[in-house]
Amino acid sequence: MKKTIIPLLLLILGAAAPLHAADYVIDTKGAHAFIQFRISHLGYSWLYGRFNDFDGKFSYDEKNPAAAKVEVNIRTASIDSNHAERDKHLRGKDFLDVGKFPGAKFISTAYEDKGNGKGMLKGNLTLHGVTKPVSIDVEHIGAGADPWGGQRRGFFGTTRLVLKDYGIDYDLGPASREVYLDLSVEGIKM
Amino acid sequence: MQMRNDTERYGPVAILLHWLVALTVFGLFGLGLWMTGLTYYDPWYRQGPALHKSIGVLLFLVMVARLAWRVYSPPPPALPSHSLLERAAAHTVHLWIYLILFALMLSGYLISTADGRAIEVFGLFSIPATVTSIPQQEDFAGAIHWYLALFLMALVLLHVAGALKHHFIDRDRTLKRMLGR
Repeated sequence: MKKTIIPLLLLILGAAAPLHAADYVIDTKGAHAFIQFRISHLGYSWLYGRFNDFDGKFSYDEKNPAAAKVEVNIRTASIDSNHAERDKHLRGKDFLDVGKFPGAKFISTAYEDKGNGKGMLKGNLTLHGVTKPVSIDVEHIGAGADPWGGQRRGFFGTTRLVLKDYGIDYDLGPASREVYLDLSVEGIKM
Repeated sequence: MQMRNDTERYGPVAILLHWLVALTVFGLFGLGLWMTGLTYYDPWYRQGPALHKSIGVLLFLVMVARLAWRVYSPPPPALPSHSLLERAAAHTVHLWIYLILFALMLSGYLISTADGRAIEVFGLFSIPATVTSIPQQEDFAGAIHWYLALFLMALVLLHVAGALKHHFIDRDRTLKRMLGR
């Protein structure tokens, strides 16, 4: 009798506990998260790059996706376009000016669930010292147990920035005024 | 014609190397300043840095040859009229010009090879990368390259001021000796 009561109690307590969103830390340690960007080169091809050093967290509740929250901090000096001389230029005053603006960050303000794992994440992006609202198209990729005892959840997001909006107006040509962000984010449940 | 320096005069090799290096250093300084301000669509946006790097590598080779020549054929001693202070000052500036020049070329090399890319020299040959693991190497080496270039120009200014002082105020042969007299 006693043996069955305890699990039963636990079950009742568990069911009665208020549902709350799970918090996830973005897995930058294991590099299962990517902040990629692409920008047109002369209008002829896509140039890809990424930020190697960032961290962040998000909370997500499958039963209430609209309550999702995300926060990401990026060290702008970690920009990497696979070309040292270009990266040096990108870190300089013509572009990111990382000496003056070492960090960029995104803090979400709202999440609009569109069903089917799709959604629109809204928030404020601070880049080059300028804070602007952005909307990120989000796709929920998957969630579940990992093979090492943890719980993971991942998303993919895309958005487009006009560089000039953030005070970056070095002339790369008419086809290269916008940069696309491809965000691949996997979180480990805390 | 005697190629080597003797105790009175500079030989033609040392003179030629001196003025070749002087001209190249001024050229590279000007080119460096100019090219870093070019816009993306400027025809020189790619050619400027390529030229700067190619000439820089050749300058390095010339400087090595110049040092070797200096060992093989030491420069004539200072004029007897020069004071101890003048000799010490001149010697110090010369030494620093050599040191900074090499450090400057090394830092330039470390910028362009930071990601493992080689430096192409006029498309004829290339200098491979070696050190690539200094954190943010291109920025670090870039800052050093810039400050060393300014420092070198300050040293050159001292060097030129000294030569002109000897020529116009002391009216001695110091500058003329570097012109082959």
